[in-house]
Amino acid sequence: MIRYLIGRVGQALLVLMVTFTAAFLLLQALPGDAIMIKFMSPDMALSADQIAEIRAAYGADLPIWERYFNTLANFLTGNFGYSIQAGVPVSQQLRVNLPPTLQLASLGFLAAIILTITIAALSNIVGMAWLRSAIQSMPSLFISVPVFWLGIMLIQVFSFQLGLVSVISPGPVERLILPVLTLAIPISAPLSQILMRNIDEVLAQPFVAVAKAKGASHTWVLWRHVARNAVLPTLTIAGVLFGELLAGAVVTEAVYGLNGLGGLTNQAVGNHDTAVLQAIVVISALAFVSINLVVDLLYPVLDPRLGSKLGMTA
Amino acid sequence: MTTEASGPDIDAIDGAQPGWVAWLRRVPVTLALAWLVVFIVLLWAVAPGLFTSYSGTVGVPGEQLRPPSLEHVLGTDGLGRDLYARIVYGAVHSLSGAFVAVTVGLLSGTLLGLVAGARGGWTDATIMRLVDSMLAVPSLLLSLSIIVLLGFGTVEVAIAVGAVSVARFARLARSEVIRVRRSDYVEAAFGSGGTFWAVLWRHILPNSLTSVIALAALQFGSAILAISTLGFLGYGAPPPTPEWGLLIAEGRNYLSRAWWLTAAPGLVVVLVVLAADRISKAIGKTAP
Repeated sequence: MIRYLIGRVGQALLVLMVTFTAAFLLLQALPGDAIMIKFMSPDMALSADQIAEIRAAYGADLPIWERYFNTLANFLTGNFGYSIQAGVPVSQQLRVNLPPTLQLASLGFLAAIILTITIAALSNIVGMAWLRSAIQSMPSLFISVPVFWLGIMLIQVFSFQLGLVSVISPGPVERLILPVLTLAIPISAPLSQILMRNIDEVLAQPFVAVAKAKGASHTWVLWRHVARNAVLPTLTIAGVLFGELLAGAVVTEAVYGLNGLGGLTNQAVGNHDTAVLQAIVVISALAFVSINLVVDLLYPVLDPRLGSKLGMTA
Repeated sequence: MTTEASGPDIDAIDGAQPGWVAWLRRVPVTLALAWLVVFIVLLWAVAPGLFTSYSGTVGVPGEQLRPPSLEHVLGTDGLGRDLYARIVYGAVHSLSGAFVAVTVGLLSGTLLGLVAGARGGWTDATIMRLVDSMLAVPSLLLSLSIIVLLGFGTVEVAIAVGAVSVARFARLARSEVIRVRRSDYVEAAFGSGGTFWAVLWRHILPNSLTSVIALAALQFGSAILAISTLGFLGYGAPPPTPEWGLLIAEGRNYLSRAWWLTAAPGLVVVLVVLAADRISKAIGKTAP
């Protein structure tokens, strides 16, 4: 068990290091020099010496391996460098932009869970076959819809056609309704696909037949016996879902003009502000790897059947 | 090219339908519709002039923001351009972008996976850690990082989208190779003196192909989604290119007055992606 633990943590760290290195090579070492883009422009009217001085101040004139280890040491201490375009530390930009995105993402996640449970429950309770198959095909539809288009359509329908959500100076809650929905619908798609498949699998198990033979109703079996067993495997896609939430937030914030990590990412891409982008990439990889690690380690605890299997092999 | 008029064949004598009718009947309606959607959009890309007499980039003065009518099936935009024509002319941008993306992902991903699965050991471990770290970053962020490196434009966006799918193809190809490798006939091929690359090419690759093609079809749909997203964010082809994501972005400025400008191109994207998804599922079912 200890060996499994060490191996698993080591693998996570290795993936993080590879991601950091790849992000560094992709964004810092290769062309697309943000300092040049900002300070070489004619209206800045800087001499070559002054530019060289600025490059030295940012540490851009050092050899690549020295910059690599400097950046790595800085990242380990929580220093993500300077945004060339804004002229402030990246960590400061993150502090400002992370909270609104986290709020949007967690509300979107919550809404997605509610939506998922509704879809999965309806697809098992509704009696009419045509309606049931319509509900069951909803996740495939949700996956095929571009997030940005979904957001625009929601504005179109709820703000302009029905007049339900105000576009001009909405309240703090009203402002979040449509973005949260935009984020939730595509996230709910893979979740409900997995949940519905698991429910089908669990329903085929012998203990369900026993419960039914004892006279339990379909709904009772579903909630009391099936739900718990079917929900657990959805944990395995938690890490992927986090990435989807983050990517969804980038697009959603662009559609609704909200401030946050998404806006920061878009600005960074537009300005070739690679330090900002590298920080965002590495942080999101860190979150993904940690979530997966926690799920992997927690899973045997939540499902004792798996724990005993692991104990035997490890 | 039908066999109906060519005299009684064996099927007809039996009172059964000719083989191709029976075959057609077995194709599910949704799958047939999916192929139809793909076929039409492909025709749009190859010969847009056959489908519309309007220009995809030049507007008619005085015909701005007309709602859908018989004259303009999907209405016109703020510069008097026929929206249907713009969607038809835009097909080539979205489709070729998706094609480039899938090709990039398929070739490099499959190669990586094949080598990892066939070589094993250190090669395998190194390639798979690289793949893992690609999967650790959200695909949109990965695409954006590559766009920063390559610059903006249609081809750049296509490559960035394709690079994201490299990891998926690599994983699939590797697991397929490992599956096929264990089979007796591959053992036999090695035993009868086949070299590593010969066995890979003659035996392992053909047997892994069906699942890879199913994934390629699925990725084609995802690529169209991703390309339209990046186009919407403004990293793809510059306006007046009628790329689908860009059409939706432009339509956003007329949200309160012209709903068709955003609704129509988005629906086309959804239909194409749904079709790719359906076709991918059908191919996947035939995999061993």
